[in-house]
Amino acid sequence: MTNEELKALIQDWVPDLEFTEDSKEFVTVVVPRGSLRDFLRKLKTDERTRLDYLFCLTGVDYPDYLEVVYHLESTTLHHRLVVKARTQDRADHAVLDTVSDLYRTAEFHEREVYDLLGVRFTGHPDLRRLFLTDDWVGHPLRKDYTDEANIINR
Amino acid sequence: MEEVKQITLHPQGRTEEYFINMGPQHPATHGVLRLLLTLDGEIIKRVDPDLGYIHRSIEKMTEHDTYRQIVHLTDRMDYLSAHINNEAVCLVVEKALELEVPDRVKVVRTILAELTRIASHLLWWGVTGMDIGALTTFMYAFRDREMINDIMEENCGARLTMNYNVPGGLMWDIHPNFQRRVKAFIKHFKTKLPEFDRLLSDNIIFRKRTEGIGVLSAEDAISFGVTGPAARASGVSCDIRKKQPYSAYDRVEFKEILDTRGDTFARYKVRIHEMWESLHIIEQLIDNIPEGDYQVKTNAVIKLPKGEYYQRVETARGELGVYVVSDGKKSPYRMKFRSPGFSNLSVIDHVARGYKVADLVAIMATFDFVIPDIDR
Repeated sequence: MTNEELKALIQDWVPDLEFTEDSKEFVTVVVPRGSLRDFLRKLKTDERTRLDYLFCLTGVDYPDYLEVVYHLESTTLHHRLVVKARTQDRADHAVLDTVSDLYRTAEFHEREVYDLLGVRFTGHPDLRRLFLTDDWVGHPLRKDYTDEANIINR
Repeated sequence: MEEVKQITLHPQGRTEEYFINMGPQHPATHGVLRLLLTLDGEIIKRVDPDLGYIHRSIEKMTEHDTYRQIVHLTDRMDYLSAHINNEAVCLVVEKALELEVPDRVKVVRTILAELTRIASHLLWWGVTGMDIGALTTFMYAFRDREMINDIMEENCGARLTMNYNVPGGLMWDIHPNFQRRVKAFIKHFKTKLPEFDRLLSDNIIFRKRTEGIGVLSAEDAISFGVTGPAARASGVSCDIRKKQPYSAYDRVEFKEILDTRGDTFARYKVRIHEMWESLHIIEQLIDNIPEGDYQVKTNAVIKLPKGEYYQRVETARGELGVYVVSDGKKSPYRMKFRSPGFSNLSVIDHVARGYKVADLVAIMATFDFVIPDIDR
């Protein structure tokens, strides 16, 4: 399916989704955090999309929210789609639903995003820090993280 | 007198579950990786990887570095695919700037990438034999790998962390001896590669240690994001060189090696065949390096237009993805390296369950982990 067809199909499913023009290569769609899991499940199981391979999951820190980016590909139909979900804020409500039961690779990737950016994934089977020690304070990939000993700001 | 505590066996004659640490310093992990094993006797019940022993926060460092500097960080990730990692960053910068590099650059990059792949697979072959108890393979592999390192050294001054790619092309033109030496290597290696099969692939002990061990199904490989030779051994067609060709891969002919068995031996066999395919790719290109510039002029300080860019390349271990969020400044707003080793490691618990500790060593060997690639 071409990018235009993919976009049209998604608009047909859920009419008022926000599409961003950040990437020239992929169709990028922002889904409300409440419907993230259902949306990805439909993308994975529907015959026309069959996006069964999550090739990248990562987080980005923005001033008002944390954004988690899901790069999806179909191993049979060979089209690609980027789905984004945003948390309500960067502190108490930095929460999203897990997709680790749909894509097992997300188990590790969500732990990484939790460790380095502090997004908590509800429903994750084993949400612990991955790289840093359990008593580490803060999340290093956030823009306001400071560490005078180890980070040199140029 | 001290009271002697009586030991009673488990009613069903089974042992209690217990933990052991494999690593962080363990010869079979080839780096500082700690695996927490839950065992019942010698049977693995669970593998819990503990990462971060060489986490250098490369992604955080990129947010303070220029794009030219970032290239130099990437060959410290998967140091056996250093050239391909550098290429990935250069390609994403060129994609964002909509820069078309000369054909000469594309062809030279491809030749060097395939030489890197052979060198990486050679090291893997040597240490795989060693992990399983055949020390000789290491010597054979390093003899041939030395020739590639010498070619790299002559061509760009470094043997391991090349940094030969720059955004817009190559750092300098190829060495006058380059073509001659690469052809000499191909001629030499074609006679040596069949020896590898005779020495290890058909060895009965090696076969018994690998066949039917650590079976990974195609569905699980996709779900866990396993890529590279490990996934292709399970029958998943995932070669980025075929799926989304970059550099000169669209103008050469090569086969994507697939196997359906999905066990440790299949993963072994796929890499052996891939070395033949890499030789085949180099043969097609080495006499056809187009004339032209080795670099396109770029600004001293590169600023990418606002937006998001993604580039995938096929390293010796699988799919490396570079995701850049740019806000138009000289450093990226966010840069993510989707490393093949990280995703491949996540499947180890699933694959190793039910096998013995010694099997885990064989399984780890054919997943070919490079720990700095996992930790970044």
